[in-house]
Amino acid sequence: MITLIRRPNPSKFWTYATPIVAVIATMFAGGLLFAMLGKHPVEAIRVIFWEPLFGANASYFRGQLLVKAGPLILIAAGLAVGFRAGIWNIGAEGQYIMGALASAWLALHVYPAESHWLFPAMIVLGALGGLLWAMIPALLKVWFGTSEILVSLMLVYVAENLLAYMAFGPLKNPEGFGFPGSRNLQSYPAAHNADLIAGTGLHWGVVTAFVAVIATYILMHRHITGFRIRVAGEAPRAARFAGVIPARLVVFCLGLAGAFAGLAGMFEVSGPSGQITDSFNVGYGFTAIIVAFLGRLHPIGILLAGLLMALTYIGGDMAQLMLGLPSAAIQVFQGMLLFFLLGFDVLTNFRVRLGRRARA
Amino acid sequence: MSIGGIDIVTLAAMLMAASTPVLLAATGELVAEKSGVLNLGVEGMMIMGAVAGFAAAVATGSPVLGFVAGALAGALMATLFAFLTQIFLSNQVATGLALTLFGLGLSALIGKGYEGVRPPPTAKLDFGPLADIPVIGPIFFSHDWIVYASVLLVAVVWFVLRYTRAGLILRAVGESHDAAHALGYRVVAVRFAALGFGGAMAGLGGAYLSLVRVPQWTEGMTAGAGWIALAIVVFASWRPWRVLLGAYMFGGITALQLQLQAAGYAIPVHILSMAPYVITIVVLVILSALHRHGVQAAPASLGKSFHASS
Repeated sequence: MITLIRRPNPSKFWTYATPIVAVIATMFAGGLLFAMLGKHPVEAIRVIFWEPLFGANASYFRGQLLVKAGPLILIAAGLAVGFRAGIWNIGAEGQYIMGALASAWLALHVYPAESHWLFPAMIVLGALGGLLWAMIPALLKVWFGTSEILVSLMLVYVAENLLAYMAFGPLKNPEGFGFPGSRNLQSYPAAHNADLIAGTGLHWGVVTAFVAVIATYILMHRHITGFRIRVAGEAPRAARFAGVIPARLVVFCLGLAGAFAGLAGMFEVSGPSGQITDSFNVGYGFTAIIVAFLGRLHPIGILLAGLLMALTYIGGDMAQLMLGLPSAAIQVFQGMLLFFLLGFDVLTNFRVRLGRRARA
Repeated sequence: MSIGGIDIVTLAAMLMAASTPVLLAATGELVAEKSGVLNLGVEGMMIMGAVAGFAAAVATGSPVLGFVAGALAGALMATLFAFLTQIFLSNQVATGLALTLFGLGLSALIGKGYEGVRPPPTAKLDFGPLADIPVIGPIFFSHDWIVYASVLLVAVVWFVLRYTRAGLILRAVGESHDAAHALGYRVVAVRFAALGFGGAMAGLGGAYLSLVRVPQWTEGMTAGAGWIALAIVVFASWRPWRVLLGAYMFGGITALQLQLQAAGYAIPVHILSMAPYVITIVVLVILSALHRHGVQAAPASLGKSFHASS
């Protein structure tokens, strides 16, 4: 019989080891999945994890790694702050869309502007779009106690419909020959979020993601606000005695995550994606939740987890091209990773003892 | 009878069928939450039920076997959730999200070959002359058996929770798992059963969506129905009959929205499609405002991990 005995303190070793163990376990389970799909498991894993980094054309794919990791890290860094406080914003996908819509609206509204102020203004509007969208669940939670989980999630579907409406209606390219979708911001110099060094994939969004990692690190580990957030998550009653005001915390955490997600959307629509279309959002807001947990809700961990998750995206694309692996297989792979992570996490808080049930 | 180009009888007849997937999922989730576990993976279980039910029905040619497969797939997903949250004591919110993400991916993978395929039809029950009664006939007597089964299910769940020993134990586990454990009830086993039932109902709801409602398989076809089911449980203050009311209200809005699209109103389709989600939020807000100063309706142990330390 296996029994679990609660550790007096979470294990330091397992805090760091579980993500690694989870990744290895996912590789095995994923290999099994790929084998069931009739692919050679070792080959598939090699293509996903090795080929983009060290294979042929690796220099191109390393750039793509940054393009994909940027939004994931940026969104996850914001979400993790809230998750630490027990505030569950799972509507980052919607906030991401609203940031993109707000900034693209501005750029297209003043088309064809040549001002240097346009891009900074778009950044502000992107952050604001995400922030205001996140304020809906935040204020409803504060005023009425409505579940932020359900409201933020419902708002994803509202945002998706709004996105489609805009792509087919108000923001549609007047010179687009009737095709849905807005003008391409990549051919609109004042609004284009170009690579800072051509061909590296390093655009302003990636820079912002790194800044966000550093900023949230300082916030969470060097600042009193971070301490309050962590206390509120781990011991809500104690937090109240320590003078933490729950309402402010809710507004702060959702606002921060919303602004970060909005920024990610803004950099995406003005850069790699270039266009408002009804299929503009590809689920970064949801994958970022996996990234946040895989990174143990710690900024540095999120940085590494974001890169790893970006690798599975690119590797997945390559496996699709080279081995004909269905794209949904990668989504399953990412889901399994989160399962293994959550499962193995038991080792952080509990000691596993084999043999007869221990006496308490 | 028609108001503004919308036929009221057709609308009312559509309502029951449109509500059924959400009603099934919400009733299942109600039982799971009554046992004290918050499973946010309803969307994932529903979509797995949708794809498994569709695949099984196409393979065997029998919609009934499809519904069975859908329920099994949902229950299997719920068992995975139960293992992680009850044995490995993982965070319920995070695990529920993982279940949804995993389900959406796996269903897309399984469903690859089924897009554009038509499932075997599910016959409507024959009520003979009853179906010919004007107004009442089309509204109440023109549906397939799952619609009636879902209403019966609500009655059974209500009865079991309220009047039987099993229901009492389930509620005890949900209100205070420590007290229930001290009395000798097997908390983890009860929760496994409740979660399994919830998963089966979500899977059944998903299968109804892909086999009857649409009827087709498309990727991500549940489109938030699972999340709306979760919202309905909150709306219903964890009471079975109110779940029925909530699901039918939601179904009514969906049906009305579809009818408005069909009637050719000058409202853009995408704006109309937002309606069910916006109204769900509005209803949640009204309810939480009403409950603000009243009694807490949620089971007291909802969302907390249980670990028997002795």
